[in-house]
Amino acid sequence: MKNDKLASGPVGDMQRKRTRRNWLLSAPALVVLAAAASGPLLIVLVYSVLSAGEYGGVVWKFSTDAWFNVVFFRDIFDGTTTLADAHMKILWRSVRLSFMTTLITLTIGFPTAYVIATRPRETRSFWLFLITVPFWTNLLIRTFAILEVIRNEGLINIGLQMLGVIDKPIQMLYTDFAIMVGMTYVYLPLMVLPLYASMERLDFNLVEAAYDLYATRRKVLRRVIIPLVKPGIIAGSILVFIPSLGAFVTPRVLGGGKKMMLGNLIELQFGAGRNWPLGAALSVTLLALVMAALLIYVRSTQSHSGSVR
Amino acid sequence: MAENRGTGQEKAEHSLPAAISAQRVTKVFGDGKNKVLALDDVSLTIEENEFFTLLGPSGCGKTTLLRLIAGFDQPTSGTILLRGEEISHLPPNQRSVNTVFQNYALFPHMTVAKNISFGLEMLGKKPDVIEKTVGDMLALVKMEALRDRRTDQLSGGQQQRVALARALAPRPQVLLLDEPLSALDYKLRKEMQIELKQLQHDTGITFIFVTHDQEEALTMSDRIAVMHVGRILQVGTPRQIYNQPSERFVADFIGKSNFLSADVLAVEGRHARLKLSSGQEVGAAIPDGMTPDGSVTVVVRPEYTQIFPKSNDAGDLQGVLENIVYLGTDTHYHIRLPDASIFVTRSQNQCKVTEAFRAGQSVSVVFSPDSVQLLRC
Amino acid sequence: MISPIRKRPPFSLKSQPGFGTIAGLCFVMLYAPIITLVVYSFNAGKYISMWEGFSLQWYVAAWGNEAVQDATIRSLYLAAQASVYSTILATMAALGTTRTPPFRGLTAIYAMINQPLMVPEIVTAVALLILFAMIKSLTGIQGMVYLVIAHTAFCIPFAYLPIRARLEGMDLILETAAADLYATPWKTFWRITLPLLWPGIIAGAMLAFVISLDDVVITEFVKSSGQETLPTYMLGQLRRVITPEINAISTLLLGLSMLVVCVLFFIERKFGK
Repeated sequence: MKNDKLASGPVGDMQRKRTRRNWLLSAPALVVLAAAASGPLLIVLVYSVLSAGEYGGVVWKFSTDAWFNVVFFRDIFDGTTTLADAHMKILWRSVRLSFMTTLITLTIGFPTAYVIATRPRETRSFWLFLITVPFWTNLLIRTFAILEVIRNEGLINIGLQMLGVIDKPIQMLYTDFAIMVGMTYVYLPLMVLPLYASMERLDFNLVEAAYDLYATRRKVLRRVIIPLVKPGIIAGSILVFIPSLGAFVTPRVLGGGKKMMLGNLIELQFGAGRNWPLGAALSVTLLALVMAALLIYVRSTQSHSGSVR
Repeated sequence: MAENRGTGQEKAEHSLPAAISAQRVTKVFGDGKNKVLALDDVSLTIEENEFFTLLGPSGCGKTTLLRLIAGFDQPTSGTILLRGEEISHLPPNQRSVNTVFQNYALFPHMTVAKNISFGLEMLGKKPDVIEKTVGDMLALVKMEALRDRRTDQLSGGQQQRVALARALAPRPQVLLLDEPLSALDYKLRKEMQIELKQLQHDTGITFIFVTHDQEEALTMSDRIAVMHVGRILQVGTPRQIYNQPSERFVADFIGKSNFLSADVLAVEGRHARLKLSSGQEVGAAIPDGMTPDGSVTVVVRPEYTQIFPKSNDAGDLQGVLENIVYLGTDTHYHIRLPDASIFVTRSQNQCKVTEAFRAGQSVSVVFSPDSVQLLRC
Repeated sequence: MISPIRKRPPFSLKSQPGFGTIAGLCFVMLYAPIITLVVYSFNAGKYISMWEGFSLQWYVAAWGNEAVQDATIRSLYLAAQASVYSTILATMAALGTTRTPPFRGLTAIYAMINQPLMVPEIVTAVALLILFAMIKSLTGIQGMVYLVIAHTAFCIPFAYLPIRARLEGMDLILETAAADLYATPWKTFWRITLPLLWPGIIAGAMLAFVISLDDVVITEFVKSSGQETLPTYMLGQLRRVITPEINAISTLLLGLSMLVVCVLFFIERKFGK
């Protein structure tokens, strides 16, 4: 550190005292977090290379079976090895549905955030408030609400039947579509909020300048507004993509165990599946995917701020 | 556009329509209690190829007028014509008018060259035309070396040049400049003033320049409109504005002024004989549209007066010297008049001449001939 | 002459075609399901499909349901504990990490505090399941302590956010002024820092409370049998036929969340900036 040469003087003493104070103040929180948030992740990593116990739990014996089983499936009877179709399907569904959810929330969230950001200052906070309320509402309750809307005896089917458009209900529940609608619904505020934050900072002089230089509405949007709020677009996409990837409650309620995502597959291994090492390996896989997404995010924000400075 | 100019010239050289003509323009912001009258029945004509300045303190409506011409806002009532064609309600991307913004509003995600080519691209110009124009513009503002820089890596002065080049690139019929020099330091501002004036001369484009800096306005403009609380008080050349201010606000806002009250003795044509409160009689020209009678106010610029040691009752004014303010190039003398008001005279300093006056002594002031101006109000 | 006023709508620089419609749809989409849920909690009939008149019977049913009572009390008890503990810890951490020149490890502390926000809940949940299973089999300790620790941990970043924001908005010169007026550091903290920090602390505690109250995933994995909270109870009910009783409970929880958000909003309005 560049302050090291001051360390011997009274200024350095003050600074060292301060740093010690800061660490002491932070320590209790860090201890709890290490015990009940960060630390256990290491145990998951260890469990992923142990053997499965017969009735759940593990046997303390090194084994790569769990990792092998993430990708491959060995037939118990003839011993042949094939790609684990079920796992691949679930992994692919998780990534695909998360991606679709991100795309849809962006499509809806971008115009919404823009409209809020262009309201007069006094009314803006009201509209923002309306976005925040669902955000702080229980995720399970919001998923239940969607359930009530799309189930066979739900609002949409009843409505369509009363209008005579259909004569028997459309099965929407327990499909990929249901999960996607549910995730879009519960994660939409996570897209709108960062988008709004970057649009609020947008210098509308630049929009005026673009119109002044003969740009059409569409060109103003494409050439000026979208490039300038890109950090918000990236932040919102990451904030939606990451929890979608690890979603558990929404696919469980709306996929009904028929359509699983990674989170449900992990739960299965700790419950009925009784294969804790596999569950741990799948958890590490999910964590790795999330970290990869975060890394891409950090990279893109750094390259952005780097070019601004 | 070019066609407009052609048809105008065919009709008759001197009946060329004005570059900008604002007719009885009123602009109201907000409604109900928060209603603000930003422009109050403003009419104005700006000729082709003019360097025209809108001058006034902040909140006088000068920027509002500029924004109406640019198309960022629409007038509440009244019309704005661009070369004889009404543009009052045309969106900004359909007006051949470009703006240099106060904070430059350069696109931070584009290079210098991309900023300059933006307008040309939007107009659908061919790539080779764009390439050439961008090159010309970079040369015009002496920024060739920085064409691929991002605009947020530029200094204030450089940003200013890019903003100018960007606005000039599409060759607008009128260029609007909204206090473009206010963010620059004093020395750079002085240089840019000269450069801007030269640029206007070279390109032949009508410039409408907004500023609150009277010195800037006097330096650069062909004509100046002085604005105050949504109205235009006086339009004229810098000399007219300075030497024949029509109203007290104009005289006070531009340069230093002494105001004296006087009684009208006689009116002969456009000339009046006045009696100052000191008892002295002076003559003054009558500004247009005024019929002086009774009691009036006159203005005397400090530099058109001279201070003398009091020897007798000669001179236009008598008083006691209260303060001597040495300013390097010249000295200001603050004189307390018998009616307790302060009168300022100014004299240029000479080399190696020691101060001839001291505070507390009685002095008299003599006005130069024709230096007394009658004010309309 | 004043030109005739045109009836053409003025050109708005800020509007974009279709954006208003999409934004309107967005708000409808956000609120229609919630409103449906609330309305049907007052339905006299058993099925959501038919409106059979206004009734509070499902609220009465929920109130009388012992399992619901039990889960409610546990949820509130857990949320109260977790929010108090996490707020104290977060306040201390915020005091240690704001308004200070950067020191070695500061970034690591930030990363540590925000880590629960980044790791998927399901991963933390199974990690805690494994850890607590180990501890339980080693020590034999049972009880709520595991849930309290788990909830405290993931509530810390939520409590930390508003407290830190509030602290960063506070000028250090006030504390300097107090010291100048002969206050000891301890007195300065009690008389100056803490009173000014209160809005942030309250906001943090309320956020933590709501987050703890809403948690499903981690609770579901950490709880022992017989330790249902309201959300896990509701999740468990999914296996059966859903009665509007669930809607009634949801509506009450919804009301509580709304109340908290409103209070937070008010605090920010009053004390923000």
